[in-house]
Amino acid sequence: MTPVTEVSRPAPRAPDRSPRPRRAVDHGPWFLVLPALIPILVLSVGPLLYGILLAFTDAQSGRTEPTRWIGTLNFQDLLHDTLFWESFRIGLVWAVGVTVPQFLLALGLALLLHQDLKLRWLARALAIVPWAMPEVVVGIMWRLVYNTDAGILNETLRDLGLGGDRDWLSGLATALPAVIVVGVWAGMPQTTVALLAGLQNTPRELHEAAAVDGAGAWRRFRTVTWPAIRPVALAITALNLIWNFNSFALVYVLTNGGPGGRTRLPMLFAYEEAFRYGQFGYAAAMGCVMVAAVSVMLAVFLVGRLRGGDDA
Amino acid sequence: MRTRKSARAGQYAALLAYLAFLALPFLWLVSTAFKPPRELAGLHPTWIPQDPTLANFRQAFDEQPLLRAALNSLLAAFSAAVVAVVLATPMAYVMARRRTALTRVASGWVVVSQAFPFVLLIIPLFLVLKNLRLIDSVPGLVMVYVVWALPFALWMLTGYVRAVPAELEEAAAVDGAGRLRILVSVTAPLLAPGIAATALFAFVTAWNEFFFALVLLKTPEKQTLPVVLTHFIGAEGVADLGPLAAAAFLATLPSLVVFAIIQRRITSGMLAGAVKN
Repeated sequence: MTPVTEVSRPAPRAPDRSPRPRRAVDHGPWFLVLPALIPILVLSVGPLLYGILLAFTDAQSGRTEPTRWIGTLNFQDLLHDTLFWESFRIGLVWAVGVTVPQFLLALGLALLLHQDLKLRWLARALAIVPWAMPEVVVGIMWRLVYNTDAGILNETLRDLGLGGDRDWLSGLATALPAVIVVGVWAGMPQTTVALLAGLQNTPRELHEAAAVDGAGAWRRFRTVTWPAIRPVALAITALNLIWNFNSFALVYVLTNGGPGGRTRLPMLFAYEEAFRYGQFGYAAAMGCVMVAAVSVMLAVFLVGRLRGGDDA
Repeated sequence: MRTRKSARAGQYAALLAYLAFLALPFLWLVSTAFKPPRELAGLHPTWIPQDPTLANFRQAFDEQPLLRAALNSLLAAFSAAVVAVVLATPMAYVMARRRTALTRVASGWVVVSQAFPFVLLIIPLFLVLKNLRLIDSVPGLVMVYVVWALPFALWMLTGYVRAVPAELEEAAAVDGAGRLRILVSVTAPLLAPGIAATALFAFVTAWNEFFFALVLLKTPEKQTLPVVLTHFIGAEGVADLGPLAAAAFLATLPSLVVFAIIQRRITSGMLAGAVKN
């Protein structure tokens, strides 16, 4: 990574500075940028703004009357919608419950893979499996693991004499923890790979010097390793938190929000509101509330990053 | 580095635990895919099928239009990957080589776009596509996939362009090569592996994508593989486990193969894109 930074500094460009080719240079970027810029503006920025506007309307699917502005009525309704706030709370529990273990487990695995161990290649190869799999397949696969009779989890528990007749995904108490485990499994490899790349940038001499000075493993981690991987760790954790909060497919396949809404993430709630009940305006308002939540997470991340700017 | 024997043993134990956690669910999927119905109904499932069979695969194809769905997925993912990379490469080049207000806004957008919940994007897109009569069609889905793939394609490609030394282009310019000539004969060959990796990554993410496909495609013959896979699970959550496992296993194979090819490049590309200067 370091060489990349070095070659990428804006190098002085002797030929570009001369007056004649300047015209070509000034027009060149626009010509190169437009093919991507137009679709982004038309199909991404535009729709997102349109989506935010929809939150202030009574837009519904398949209605013949024209859509009307209703101001903040959707948001007022939302404020009293206890089902939505319950879903929002579940979303936060899920996002934090997945992101934190994901990070800790990934950090452990990355530290292990950074050591000179045998079987390292196998772990690296296996780590791509959850990353590459379609989320729907991850969901299906864990349904098979959690299956009451034919699942391996209950069979293992039976062998160990620990019961083993639990219906993990339908139990009111077990459903959310069960889907959180799946979330951790699915997202761990990506985090591991990012942290591992960060670790490979740690100056090895520093590590050795600290060991010679008699610093223990924890001290070496805190003073040498952590400062080196901190930027990567912060970035991947912020992204994981956002991705997890907005996640949909895994839980849709595992429980479809059940039992009794115990795993109904905000995305599932908004999806049903929009595409089952056709309440586009109301669902857009939910989307806006989710954006607000995510913005707070991003802000926290950015503050953390700025504060760590000196040693990062 | 000196590590004591006991510490080493602990490290290996931890590594084995990780290997088990990562691998066992997948092995269970494979095992289930090859089990006959009798074994799946029995109470004591085993890791290795006692009486392995391919019947689940045949039944999976009989129950759902898997081949049709795979073709739809292939078409959608391939088109989206090609279009996204063709559109993104020139812009990524500019973003890597120049720092203007526009490129700064564009990099900001790449990050911000990750934060929006898809539902806020899909409701307006749904209405727009409906007006264009592109709902329930693979081309409409491709449009959505392209827009969705552009941010990370830009991100990765910017990193790959940065890795091509600007000095090489300057040297060619000094030798009198024109702008286009430099791009075609100096930059493009060095960038080609990065472009290929980005396209393959976009292909896999589109192949795996579920949410947009679920919302946009209603006719069974037009649905993509992930959507069709969910049809194996009935309304009450009851599923025919054997065919479900078999179909899920088959749907994963292309992703695994492509990922195995590009894994290293993906990692370096993502992180190179992350290096700001």
